[in-house]
Amino acid sequence: MVATPEKPVYKVIGTRPIRPDGVDKVTGRAAYGADIVLEGMLFGSILRAPHAHARIVRIDSSKALALPGVKAIVTNADFPRQESGTLDLGEGTANPKWLVDNVLAGDKTLYHGHAVAAVAAIDWHIAEEALALIEVEYEVLPFVIDVKEAMLGTAPILHSDLRTNVRARGVDTPTDRETNIAMHMRVEKGDIAAGFAEADIVIEREFTTSQFHQGYIEPQNGTAYWNQDGQITVWTSTQGSFAVREQVATLLQQPVARIKVVPMEIGGGFGGKIPVYLEPVAALLSKQTGRPVKMWMPREAVFQATGPTAATWNRVKIGAKKDGTLVAADVELCYAAGAYPGSAVGAGVMCALAPYNLANQRIDGFDVVTNTPKTAAYRAPGAPASEYAVESVVDEIARALDIDPMVIREKNAPEEGTTNSAGAPLPRIGAKAVITAIRESAHYNSELQGEDTGRGVALGFWFNGGMESTSSATVNPDGSVSLILGSVDIGGTRASLAMQLAESLGVPYEQIKPQVTDTDSVGYTAVTGGSRTTFAGGWVAYELGQEIRKRLVERAARIWGVDASTVTYSNDAVITGTDKDGKAQQFTFDEICKRFPTTGGHVAVTVSSRKNTTGPAYAGHIADVKVDRDTGKVTVLRYTAVQDVGTAIHPAYVEGQIQGGAVQGIGMALQEEYWYDDQGRLRNGSFLDYRMPVANDLPPIEVILVEVPNPGHPYGVRGVGEAPIVPPMAAIRNALRDAIGVNFYHTPVTPTRILDELLPRE
Amino acid sequence: MATSERLVITSTINGEERTFLADSRDSLLEALRERLNLKGVKEGCNNGNCGACAVILDGRLVNSCCVMAAEIEGSTVRTVEGLATPEGLAPLQQCFLEEAALQCGICTPGFLMSSTALLAENPAPTDDEVRFWLAGNLCRCTGYDKIILAVQAAAEQMRTLKK
Amino acid sequence: MQALRYARATSIDEAVRMLREGGETSRILAGGTDVIVQARERRRVIDLFVDIKHISDVMTMEYDAQRGLTVGAAVPLYQIYGDANVQRVYPALRAAAHVIGGKAIQGRASLGGNLGNASPAADSIPAMMVLDGVAQVAGPNGRREVRVDAFCTAPGRSVLQPGEFIVSLHFAQPAAHSGNAWERFIPRNEMDIAVVNAACALTIEGDVVTAARFSLGAVAATPLMVPLAAEALVGRRLTDETIAAAGAAAKETATPIDDMRGTVKQRKHLADVLVQRVIRAAVEHARAN
Repeated sequence: MVATPEKPVYKVIGTRPIRPDGVDKVTGRAAYGADIVLEGMLFGSILRAPHAHARIVRIDSSKALALPGVKAIVTNADFPRQESGTLDLGEGTANPKWLVDNVLAGDKTLYHGHAVAAVAAIDWHIAEEALALIEVEYEVLPFVIDVKEAMLGTAPILHSDLRTNVRARGVDTPTDRETNIAMHMRVEKGDIAAGFAEADIVIEREFTTSQFHQGYIEPQNGTAYWNQDGQITVWTSTQGSFAVREQVATLLQQPVARIKVVPMEIGGGFGGKIPVYLEPVAALLSKQTGRPVKMWMPREAVFQATGPTAATWNRVKIGAKKDGTLVAADVELCYAAGAYPGSAVGAGVMCALAPYNLANQRIDGFDVVTNTPKTAAYRAPGAPASEYAVESVVDEIARALDIDPMVIREKNAPEEGTTNSAGAPLPRIGAKAVITAIRESAHYNSELQGEDTGRGVALGFWFNGGMESTSSATVNPDGSVSLILGSVDIGGTRASLAMQLAESLGVPYEQIKPQVTDTDSVGYTAVTGGSRTTFAGGWVAYELGQEIRKRLVERAARIWGVDASTVTYSNDAVITGTDKDGKAQQFTFDEICKRFPTTGGHVAVTVSSRKNTTGPAYAGHIADVKVDRDTGKVTVLRYTAVQDVGTAIHPAYVEGQIQGGAVQGIGMALQEEYWYDDQGRLRNGSFLDYRMPVANDLPPIEVILVEVPNPGHPYGVRGVGEAPIVPPMAAIRNALRDAIGVNFYHTPVTPTRILDELLPRE
Repeated sequence: MATSERLVITSTINGEERTFLADSRDSLLEALRERLNLKGVKEGCNNGNCGACAVILDGRLVNSCCVMAAEIEGSTVRTVEGLATPEGLAPLQQCFLEEAALQCGICTPGFLMSSTALLAENPAPTDDEVRFWLAGNLCRCTGYDKIILAVQAAAEQMRTLKK
Repeated sequence: MQALRYARATSIDEAVRMLREGGETSRILAGGTDVIVQARERRRVIDLFVDIKHISDVMTMEYDAQRGLTVGAAVPLYQIYGDANVQRVYPALRAAAHVIGGKAIQGRASLGGNLGNASPAADSIPAMMVLDGVAQVAGPNGRREVRVDAFCTAPGRSVLQPGEFIVSLHFAQPAAHSGNAWERFIPRNEMDIAVVNAACALTIEGDVVTAARFSLGAVAATPLMVPLAAEALVGRRLTDETIAAAGAAAKETATPIDDMRGTVKQRKHLADVLVQRVIRAAVEHARAN
């Protein structure tokens, strides 16, 4: 671990305790969304569209309703009518009209697998059987999958009401024309013409990336009970219980006061479990039947209908001086949002050039609708594709100028005060520290062995989120502290937040009892996403600790009959002072807690805070690969992920985040992708043919933690979860160039594509 | 139209004889989860490609989604719920916690059952053997590293216990 | 899951009767790793599973140095790859059985099931084909034998008549100085459908190949025998050139399609590469015998 001198000595932070939810998870007792059982519960199932694009002419549910055991069938028409608007989901926004049409299709189905109707029945077999009895007449329409084709004037139009002012190449397009381009954004700084004029070398390349799925192992689920008093309870696996409440309230046009969302344990999300799919449908079915309704998605439906990433087409032009100084960049990003607008192109734009201090730049981003599932956030949403393109071009520039790839990155690295693409200055960041750690690493200084082997590097940037969090803490007479969290725990935040409260109080971690609770039992808390929870939730934990310290000091002062200002609370949780008789007194934390019942009651505090000071994360990865020229197979020989994590609260969980993110990135780099047939149907919606890495596809992922404390956090925390998925695509692509001399411009680089390059053209 | 039957099935589950009612079209996964309420058995894909539903059937590792419930009449089934004893967690369970081998935890029951089967057959596997054996279990959170470490740590503990 | 019933047969005759009574929508349930998923995903209409795993003939494996190897149709793969005789004499079979699905699949999946499912990409079929495999089939008209290399007729289809099922598979004892091998190419290192798989069984005298059989999977509508590759090798000395000629013959014979798992160009090339690899491995095995 590389620590900066500023890191103080902590007692709890930096240790590796066992997570509070651990025992339940290794014994099978942890209750995930699909594990809920309610008295009288019905089972729901969803009928999905077989076409890429079709108008729904007629739905006849009569035969299905006649099947014994079927209790209700709903379609889009059963939802209240929605107008267009904006709903903030934390990591992205949603338009209620589009959201409801995605949950159950309106007049058109816009992608293969789009939900059309839902059944509730007394068991899951009957619910599924009923689907086959629902008759749907479709008028099949022309479709478009490819993002560039979708942007053409001749493309089939998904939404007849979409109009966008596009200013590409300085020309405004008419805004009275139907289009699939949902949004055009441009970010500029400096003077790119002047910048390119200074350049000794200019490289311009085009890149495409396939669609990738988050690939959480737990399918989406949702259970709802619409009580006769109008109260709606929703149990679900979600990254944001309040985001679910907001969406369900909007789609059902019910006040939030009527809705309680109970977040169950969540089996992975990676951004994909923020939008609702089943919850509002289960609620409607429950309303019609008066019984709780549980739904869960078959895996194929998860691939067909829940948020993959955008497939992208990107153009990057970068100019550099002979010494490697980057002087200008012109970037164009086109992201396929899927059936409804709202890809992560905005974040793609802001991240594309973030690893560099580059004075003259212009980035255009296009959000484009296509006949593919509505995209959702996926770990550093939007960033991997844009940074992959930039990191590939920088690699080609380094090669052309014969400069070490890390030297060129060091030369152009951003630091505190460097402005980002929008011209705002960066806070203290660890880009240079990461680069130094790579250059000094054993891996980077090792020799590559064997034929057809290569090494690649790439950097990655992610903003990290802030936003709103709430927690409550109750101090018990035995000295334990119940910590109530609004943030759902997707990968260890119960532990990381409890550790920060323990640190703040100066008590052992074991005394903190964290618990995630429902939306009626804690204040508003944004989604667990954007790498924000350990950062922003940690702020709250810290403030809870400070407030408890203050209350305990006041309590001691009252017991001793003195003014609170004369009493101190040490970092070892010892309260010291002098009583009114002038006698030195002290309480340990546990001692004062024991006195609660007789000295004014228990101490309970709640803190809400909104933190918009975030600590951006920089990552840099080193990949060694070997290519089998006969088969096109790539073996990742060695892989190292380096990242500035600010302060590693629980280093093992931080490493785990980085390893997991890196492996998802390796999957995108080499083997994962959506595959549509010539009818626009997704053909590989299974874990067999959507090839996520398996255990023996990978070497150990070595992790080097760099700690440049974030000045915007009491413990220096930066979010860590997302940055590690950014570098792998470019690191591996650059390693392949090193191994076999081929520059690839599409990812994933599958054996098929490698052989295609290596074999003679036919 | 085709019909299903209601079946009364008796088998030994986690050491206890259980008799339960099932539909003839229930998979073992469905029977364990929905009829016997053994919710530690997880559904990840329902077609044999993720290992989240892995259980040990008559001593062999199987994906319970690829077994019919009716087949287990007279058989012995072991699920994640059967790993711990009143004395405490099994070494694999303890090592998964200590090595931080789980994040979301949804794949953990399957990994534990698969690893249990591995160590029963091969008490001293190499890392490559562990990775090969566990290739039928998908984990999307950890990148597998810490899982491999946990299995090796448990193997070591179990070998020491035997001595 | 579609509505269906389950029946357990305890003898071959009983299974035949159950299948006859069940009609065309009844299916044998061996390891179930394909057929249960097909029933669930409604890729086959099935209303009766006849479980044959309680019939001893389909669950036993026998090896004899004279008569060769007989494997019950439902013997799970782990027993096959774990068998010392299979490892020693039939490494092609061992190799395929070792990598079909993951360990939890191998606890159940069987050769009979893999053959009966008749997938063009089935991993064990090319191995069984080069090993001269013969399937014992039982049905309403009694028993008959079907050669594995004549079994598959189209994707998912075979010469089995309604009511017939595979009881066991027989593999002759290879001649002296024989070797066999199997390989596949998959993008992942496990848990994948073969882009191409290939098997070879050959006999050598010194450096000369006296007999050879080749089979390829995933390059046509059914697993293919590749007589042209055998012709390129038999009667010739083993050299890089003759091995390459056999590979080229495999490439010529392959008539693959473009699909999500691979392209024509890739599959034809891999047919060549894998055939050369299995020749070298089979020769090594033969020399060790």
